[in-house]
Amino acid sequence: MTSKTTPSTVYDWVDERLGLSELAAFARHKTVPVHSQSFWYYWGGISLFLFLVQCFTGVLLLVYYRPGAEAYESVRQITFVMHFGWLIRSAHAWSANLMIFSILVHMFSVYFMKAYRKPREFGWLSGMVLLGIASVFGFSGYLLPMDELSYFATKVGLQIPMAIPFVGSGVANMLRGGPDVSEFTVQRFFALHVVVLPALFLPLLAFHLWLVQRHGNASPPSEEAKPANKRKSIPFMPNFLRKDLAMWLISLNILALLASVFPWALGRQADSLVPAPTGIHPEWYFMSPFEMLKLLGFVFSGKNAEAGEIAGILLFTLGIVLWVLIPFYDTGKPSGQRGRAAHYFGLLAVFALLATTVIGYWTIR
Amino acid sequence: MSELTNPATIVQEPETPGEQATRRAFLAAAGAAGLLYTAALAYPIYRYLASPEEMALSATAVTEVTLKDAQKLPLASVLMFKFGTAPAMLIHHADGRWIALTAVCTHLGCTVQYEPQADRIHCACHGGVYNAYTGANVSGPPPKPLKLFKTAVNDAGVEVSRA
Repeated sequence: MTSKTTPSTVYDWVDERLGLSELAAFARHKTVPVHSQSFWYYWGGISLFLFLVQCFTGVLLLVYYRPGAEAYESVRQITFVMHFGWLIRSAHAWSANLMIFSILVHMFSVYFMKAYRKPREFGWLSGMVLLGIASVFGFSGYLLPMDELSYFATKVGLQIPMAIPFVGSGVANMLRGGPDVSEFTVQRFFALHVVVLPALFLPLLAFHLWLVQRHGNASPPSEEAKPANKRKSIPFMPNFLRKDLAMWLISLNILALLASVFPWALGRQADSLVPAPTGIHPEWYFMSPFEMLKLLGFVFSGKNAEAGEIAGILLFTLGIVLWVLIPFYDTGKPSGQRGRAAHYFGLLAVFALLATTVIGYWTIR
Repeated sequence: MSELTNPATIVQEPETPGEQATRRAFLAAAGAAGLLYTAALAYPIYRYLASPEEMALSATAVTEVTLKDAQKLPLASVLMFKFGTAPAMLIHHADGRWIALTAVCTHLGCTVQYEPQADRIHCACHGGVYNAYTGANVSGPPPKPLKLFKTAVNDAGVEVSRA
């Protein structure tokens, strides 16, 4: 070891300026709790890995993708002309779906472990915004190939802001770039997808990850109740990191398998004069809200249908607001009545999501 | 070594020589697997990014281009066209001679132009001048002549082929 005044190695030189040894010391002391629910700790990391895959494959698609009027032709070229273009596009689409799935698993595990309680409220809130942005990523990215399915999905999806009283059609027209889905829509969805959303997502993700470092992993209430010497933990470096990376490797393998064995399809070019194909339905992660709106439409049929639609959107919004604000309702450390109420609300949410998704797929014609 | 440790007491056990050997074997296997993964990822990405290059290669394999209706080109004028992927020019000289040559300056690759008044080929980038009949580099920085193509004029058009 060298003395502090005469740095003799590159490491010392850099360390003196950037404080690497402080980081290393922080990493050495970081521990991760071990208990029966530890498995759920990996899902944030898996989501992060899949996001990195999205960045990487996204840049590769950007090399040949052309938004606007040529959008479909350029995706056709990527899929059928460029070597392995089908694989890169397939990996991007599959990874997007897997990422939404793993974010949902991550969210529900955080919810049921009550990891949103003090001091982790900002972690919960930033995570909810990240999920919101991720779904806009999904919605905007879905249009970019401009095939039949993406055309109709976007057309239908933009009917939802239409239901907002007074400003609805203005908002929808602004998003669409006109009264109908066209090349202008692709162009602005493209700007959204590759510039605006990443610019919002990345700093928020950094904040989210910084919070995880600051507060560490939360233990579920059943673990918190145990005396300190009964709780177990492992060092983050290298033990947990090793397991984390193993999970990343498993995710990569699953992604590679799905992307190559089930290549993502490219439909016929979107044409506003061709009727919607039968059996068209939203992506699985939008199935539940669509089905809820549809069910409410049945309840309030006839001339009440419009009121029912607005009521449905209000109810749905209320549910989301309650969900987001849960850290301010369920604050108690020892799980009291509010803790139990939050738990049942979570179960209800899971049940409603699963049930409406199943009904949605059941009733596809 | 047990991974589960009480946070109060993290004990580092000394490694035995046997453990060191298995550790080395493990690291070697992990390194090999890592290399395999890197190759499996890098190969499709390389081929994907190199696709236009490969397409261009197959395009440069072109040996003949037919320019439809080019026989109607007026005297003392030029028709720019692509031979494979590279720009080329067909000159119908004032004396009726047909000349086709590459239009890429041999100096730094700019596209050259035919000047009918001076009856020469000129590169605007650095002032290179070529002979409009032979492609010979006449003055300025170009180190080599422009390549000539063979031309065959018929009723349907002009056929340009590699000399």
